[in-house]
Amino acid sequence: MKVEQISIFLENKSGRLAEVAGVLAKAEINIRALSLADTTDFGILRLIVNDTEKAKQVLKDNGFTVGKTAVIGVEVADKPGGLAEILNVMKDHNINVEYMYAFVQKSAGNAIIIFRFDELEKAIDVLRKSGIRIMRGEDICAL
Amino acid sequence: MIWNGEFETLPREALEALQLKRLKNLVERVYTAVPYFHKKMDEAGVKPADIKSLADLVKLPFTTKEDLRLNYPFGLFAVPFDTVVRIHASSGTTGKPTVVGYTKNDIESWAELMARTLSAGGAHKGDVVHNAYGYGLFTGGLGAHYGAEKLGAAVIPISGGNSKRQIMIMQDFGSTVLLCTPSYALNLADVMKEMQVDPKTLKLRVGLFGAEPWSENMRQEIEARLNIMAIDIFGLSEVMGPGVASECIEEKHGLHVFEDFFIPEIIDPETGVPVPHGERGELVFTTLTKEAFPVIRYRTKDISRLITEPCSCGRTFYRMQRITGRTDDMLIIRGVNVFPSQIEHVLMSIEGVEPHYQIIVDRQASLDVMEVQVEVSESIFSDEIKVLEKLGKKIEREIKDLLGVSCKVKLVEPKTIQRSEGKAKRVIDNRKL
Repeated sequence: MKVEQISIFLENKSGRLAEVAGVLAKAEINIRALSLADTTDFGILRLIVNDTEKAKQVLKDNGFTVGKTAVIGVEVADKPGGLAEILNVMKDHNINVEYMYAFVQKSAGNAIIIFRFDELEKAIDVLRKSGIRIMRGEDICAL
Repeated sequence: MIWNGEFETLPREALEALQLKRLKNLVERVYTAVPYFHKKMDEAGVKPADIKSLADLVKLPFTTKEDLRLNYPFGLFAVPFDTVVRIHASSGTTGKPTVVGYTKNDIESWAELMARTLSAGGAHKGDVVHNAYGYGLFTGGLGAHYGAEKLGAAVIPISGGNSKRQIMIMQDFGSTVLLCTPSYALNLADVMKEMQVDPKTLKLRVGLFGAEPWSENMRQEIEARLNIMAIDIFGLSEVMGPGVASECIEEKHGLHVFEDFFIPEIIDPETGVPVPHGERGELVFTTLTKEAFPVIRYRTKDISRLITEPCSCGRTFYRMQRITGRTDDMLIIRGVNVFPSQIEHVLMSIEGVEPHYQIIVDRQASLDVMEVQVEVSESIFSDEIKVLEKLGKKIEREIKDLLGVSCKVKLVEPKTIQRSEGKAKRVIDNRKL
């Protein structure tokens, strides 16, 4: 039910993002989805990749601080109202979205939204009961 | 002006006789009243009776900041606690401060010393003393305050901060004597410029500056920008507070150590052996009269040298050259002593592991600014921005709580802090003093 996301601490210095991409490229790791959050001094790069463990290892070997977090991937129809529906369910159950990012699937015409909730297990339960499709981690990584 | 003509101009022989009498009394008192010193003296194989001349001072063991730490908070007090009337504290090397105490007589001596200091700097009865040293646990504010009152001046206990208000009060109250750190004096000059206040329109005549190292260049800058005479004063809470030594306005060359209260020594910091007069080394003080918190051969870790030539002002006291450095890594930020180990202590308590950090000190608009760069290890990293931002704020708050100085915390990537021979360089001081 959960997807493993890796996050990387980056200082706001030119070239740091390129270095992460370079390290992953060299290890032949494919990025499935990403988001970058930034502040004045630093940023956090969040990635979903096809091989989480390997990605984490090579980044650590290259001196990056890397974290691993469980997030949820939800498939939404790529049409108006798709996101609103999910967020309303969460609101009704007092579940907070810490952050989220979305990408559109090439073939199926669906959007996939990655959510980081404050209460992960409760969120899974609520989504299920509401009939919203949660993607399997391996499916997202294998996209 | 010499405040105390009798003692400040004592012929050297008479002064040394007085020092010896007081030293014998001190050693006797401390040996009897402070078990820790008793033990230390026994271990060094020296008894009070062994002190027969001033030259015997070297037989006594040193006192260090570590000794003070081990006896936190009151272990080295030499009087019954109910005779202590004041407690001050300064930075310790870890989470705990260094604590000092004063009896009524100590407070009286301290006022005498600060009255002498102010007088040596040209202040007198009738002056309006603008005391911008911090009031509180720091000895600067209250120490200077009592001296100025004893002098007969009108004291404005304004303490530090809020520069615009300080300048308004200087204008309205007609402050004539300024007491603060030298960097704060320059900050006041900046703010005056901003407020379009011409220092020439103020009644300020002289400033006595201390609590942090400064240079001849800074003196010239302060004198020119504030249109005053700038005097260097010296003190440290472990020995008394401000009032240990002061320049005279006649020479402004070296600070007269008030030798009827303190014996200064200069030692080789490596061997602990006193160096010949005039040579540079670590400054060591013995307090001759203090009752509540006497120290014997306290190692200041400040680097100076003694000037023994007579001074044109008439004082017979030796002069110490302005402090030119430290034997340890202590920093003085806006007049507050900061040890990198204190910051390490804060980070350790938050991270739970040995932190990698660096302290970068700069001077912006005449004020010291401190940035603490902390490498983000896996143990403190989070995928959420707010968690990291909170962490940064928490470190800032805890450093401020412990040190009393604010800093900016910058989170940096691992291995970005230079490591030389496996040991990180903890401090980068970009201030050009």
